[in-house]
Amino acid sequence: MSETTHDGTVALSASVSPDEGLPAAQLAAKYGLAVSGARPSLVEYVRQLWDRRHFIIAFSRAKLTAQYSQAKLGQLWQVATPLLNAAVYFFIFGVILNAGRGMSKDVYIPFLVTGVFVFTFTQSSVMAGVRAISGNLGLVRALHFPRASLPISFALQQLQQLLFSMIVVFAVVIAFGSYPDLSWALIVPVLVMQFLFNTGLSLIMARAGARTPDLAQLMPFVMRTWMYASGVMFSIKIMLADKPDWIANVLQWNPAAIYMDLMRFSLIEGYGAENLPDHVWAVAGAWAVLFALGGFVYFWKAEERYGRG
Amino acid sequence: MAEHIEDTIDDHLGDRADGERIPTVIADELHIVYRVNGAKTGKGSATAALSRMLRRGSDDAERGVRKVHAVRGVSFVAYRGEAIGLIGSNGSGKSTLLRAIAGLLPAEKGKVYTDGQPSLLGVNAALMNDLTGERNVILGGLAMGMSREQIKERYQEIVDFSGINEKGDFITLPMRTYSSGMAARLRFSIAAAKDHDVLMIDEALATGDRKFQKRSEERIRELRKEAGTVFLVSHNNKSIRDTCDRVLWLERGELRMDGPTDEVLKEYEKFTGK
Repeated sequence: MSETTHDGTVALSASVSPDEGLPAAQLAAKYGLAVSGARPSLVEYVRQLWDRRHFIIAFSRAKLTAQYSQAKLGQLWQVATPLLNAAVYFFIFGVILNAGRGMSKDVYIPFLVTGVFVFTFTQSSVMAGVRAISGNLGLVRALHFPRASLPISFALQQLQQLLFSMIVVFAVVIAFGSYPDLSWALIVPVLVMQFLFNTGLSLIMARAGARTPDLAQLMPFVMRTWMYASGVMFSIKIMLADKPDWIANVLQWNPAAIYMDLMRFSLIEGYGAENLPDHVWAVAGAWAVLFALGGFVYFWKAEERYGRG
Repeated sequence: MAEHIEDTIDDHLGDRADGERIPTVIADELHIVYRVNGAKTGKGSATAALSRMLRRGSDDAERGVRKVHAVRGVSFVAYRGEAIGLIGSNGSGKSTLLRAIAGLLPAEKGKVYTDGQPSLLGVNAALMNDLTGERNVILGGLAMGMSREQIKERYQEIVDFSGINEKGDFITLPMRTYSSGMAARLRFSIAAAKDHDVLMIDEALATGDRKFQKRSEERIRELRKEAGTVFLVSHNNKSIRDTCDRVLWLERGELRMDGPTDEVLKEYEKFTGK
């Protein structure tokens, strides 16, 4: 504390302050100073995050735009990339293998394309989440903002990416004979629920990835296993037709499978309610709320520790 | 929000008129430690990493995590209206100390108390080279916590100040097409557009050509007037002398000297052999 004695010589008044010799904590309390970098309360945190909503949106859109800014076709790739993806799946499964996996081809191709894009939405949110903090340490160490802005922003970027992919999904679905009707409106609640789920998951992954950056190497394998277990390329119900109902139900209740199935149910004419597990909407909503709230609180708990190391 | 800030500034100015010295930043026995993974063996070989994981549980040193003790027990009190220079040789902990004051690096031991939210002058990390200068101005402003209206208000000011458009319409081109000097000027202009309670500047003065340097020095003096307290890290003793009235001298993470600019700089120059 001896350093403070020099202060008397500084420009302002030279009179001996009554604060001289006061311990730091009491001096801070007297003038209402707060500990720098302390974690705000949950309510305060939500308020800070709300104040930064414009940043979160602008950041996600900037990331999306920057992706293709060097390409000659520019933003056209937002749609061209999923279109090419769909074309590859059609070529392999529709033309070469001529596979239906227990479904007619008119159902199977849209089934596959919808599943791939919907699963990719969750997959890329998780991957972006893992690197949300660990890959942006420069930003975290330079500016002050609620750190949850980053994983939320990345999840939002993936949502916008999916909306471009949905154009292709619509085209494929229509090409195979399912035309827009009232049930298409169901994709809005499905997307909202999946987005909430993805954001929560990406918040959890962001905290884990900030502590253990190695997860970025591990996650692709975890995600691939999850993809095969969720029935992206086959129908769980048909594959397990001779097994007791509850096994299929349990597999189908996993969040990735449930959002895929709901999306297919909304869009594809030949994919009716008999393909869905029991209580499908309740389970879909429960996953969304559980992960969004749980992930947010889990991420907030370590707020003051991000950027260390 | 803006009205609220103005109110608090008025309050503080009132305090100042009484001649009372209001502390804005208090550092109390502050220690900052960086942890570096896998630095013990000197190479990140697979077997080394594996044995490190197997020994999880045990303490940091054994797991091959090396600690870098960057700031060791620094204490000081900064007051409203002061401009404080931070000097010291490379790696003495100046930038780390600034980050800790800003609350961006968690303290290992000790505490920093601050009035409001201190901000580090710098938005480099938020900007994206693939976006146009125009979008970067908006993105940088939002990242610093400005509102869309505030940015719109200041937009022209920022562009004019940076001088980017002096040689044609460059602001609508992606930042990767800028020369390094132009990019640095735009970054400084964005960062300096916001008013701060406690402002910290990390060697920002050395960017751009002579004309731009003069303009930035002027802008920093302006910011000083608006801000409560300014911290400046620089290796340029002249710019410290021009802008600061108090200097903290850090060496190996310890506070070696704290006092009026002339006194400390004289000792420092003796130390560095100038």
